[in-house]
Amino acid sequence: MTSTIPTRVSRDSEKRRDLLERMVLQGPGLLFITIFMATPITLVAIYSIFQRGRFGGIVYKATTENFTRALDPVYLGVLTDSLKIAGITTILAIAIGYPTAYAIAKLPTKWRSIALVLVVMPFWTNFLIRTYSWIMLFNREGLLNHALLKFNIIHTPLDLLYTQSAVVVGLLYGYLPLMILPLYASIERLDPQLGEAAANLGATRTRAFFSLTLPLTASGLIAGSIFVFIPSLGNFIVPELLGGGKTVMVGNLIRDQFLKARDWPFGSVLALSVIALVFIFFMLQNAVEKRFSSDAHD
Amino acid sequence: MRMINTLRKVRPLQLILFCTFAFLYIPIIALMAMSFNGSHSPFILKGFSFRWYSVLIHDTRVIHGLINTLIVATGSTILSSILGTLLAVGLHRYTKSSALNAFALAPAIVPDIVLGIGLLALYALLSVSLGLYSVLLAHVVFSMAFVTAVVKARLAHTDKYLREASMDLGATRTATFMRITVPSLAPAILAGALLAFTLSLDEFVIAFFTNGPTTPTLPIVIYSMVRFGVTPEINALATLLMLVSFTAVIIAQRMTRPSEEQ
Repeated sequence: MTSTIPTRVSRDSEKRRDLLERMVLQGPGLLFITIFMATPITLVAIYSIFQRGRFGGIVYKATTENFTRALDPVYLGVLTDSLKIAGITTILAIAIGYPTAYAIAKLPTKWRSIALVLVVMPFWTNFLIRTYSWIMLFNREGLLNHALLKFNIIHTPLDLLYTQSAVVVGLLYGYLPLMILPLYASIERLDPQLGEAAANLGATRTRAFFSLTLPLTASGLIAGSIFVFIPSLGNFIVPELLGGGKTVMVGNLIRDQFLKARDWPFGSVLALSVIALVFIFFMLQNAVEKRFSSDAHD
Repeated sequence: MRMINTLRKVRPLQLILFCTFAFLYIPIIALMAMSFNGSHSPFILKGFSFRWYSVLIHDTRVIHGLINTLIVATGSTILSSILGTLLAVGLHRYTKSSALNAFALAPAIVPDIVLGIGLLALYALLSVSLGLYSVLLAHVVFSMAFVTAVVKARLAHTDKYLREASMDLGATRTATFMRITVPSLAPAILAGALLAFTLSLDEFVIAFFTNGPTTPTLPIVIYSMVRFGVTPEINALATLLMLVSFTAVIIAQRMTRPSEEQ
């Protein structure tokens, strides 16, 4: 390994080794993602234009029937319901998560990490079990009705379970930590002197919040919204357990098409619609982020 | 006077914190409390008892589910830690394109139900019979994205001169990777692996679609229990699982704290 003459040959071999190293490092991972993520999603996209077989399976004859069927009011209704439920969940998560993240950021340093652990802990508990815990609370004979009856606040038990509100509460409970954490990260980075400067310049608290704090924490807000909205939209556990048969979301529909009705092409169309909605949501977020960041730089 | 002013300032924020934590913890505490209830129904109180814990440890479905889950979680954690670390280093050194970076992290963002049915379709097309390994491979793909993200974040703070020095001193690329790169990334790899392990332990949706009928993982066993109504056995299981997760979170917190301060 004497580096006497830096010839073209050695530079070429260096380049070749770089390429080899890149392939060794990136190759296995990228190949894996290609096989186990890109191919499955492509398959779903391909299946969506074919017909279902009589006993499940795929008949490779192109059709638009699956797409027109998705526009049927019944299915369109499920899609808009899912959007509504995921949207309300996200808005509530912001309404609760923002002040909570703010309050944690304002805690003394020692208490901050404890509060963060407390936020994360429920999240590491099995999602099914966390959802199940609300059955116990919301049931007609459940703890909530029990308490309300005992204190004479109500006289007949309320039907809390198997409603859309129960589904929203379940989703909110499941994903709230995913809103609080990124919000906390962005709020904690804020320079407290900025607020003082705004106050000195005569800005009201509301004004300072909307023209300073909110734009500067927009990235956390957006990340949190993505983390709450996407899993809420495709969720089928919460609507099944807390919504009973009444509240059906698009996740339930996809699951049933694949496992019960065995109509994979139609299930694929529904799955594509979820991907499309997620994509639109990302674009919206992107637009909002751009606006906010340009506002902040002005 | 100043004391009163600070108190007045802090109070609404503390109230918010109190309410959020009440919302997060009341269901969990209620669930745990009811696991010690002797009655058949979780709604009727009947004295303290370990009865449901004894039912639980004699439930073979649960034990088998647990073993299956541990196999899947261990296997997918090992694979995804290796693949994710290699990928993160590779992307950090050679790839500026945001498209490829996005592709590497995409499995973490794709809705799980879409990934689940897609994998089911792929396995069906290739006539792969479903079993534990089909779940394991499915878990690797999303766990890897999390490992990659964690390791990549750490790489942004590592010293590239150390690697150059090692190579200038005549170490081969492989030796440099094993002796310099990997040790300097160890806390991030460990954090990523821990994340991968917990995610796999808890993962239900993808496992639901890619699982074989005779090899249910624990979340699938829990799902079938929960669907058929409330039994205090679930509460006992939940309490044990929570204890495990809480211990893991605390250990993880201890482990990652020093590295954050560097």
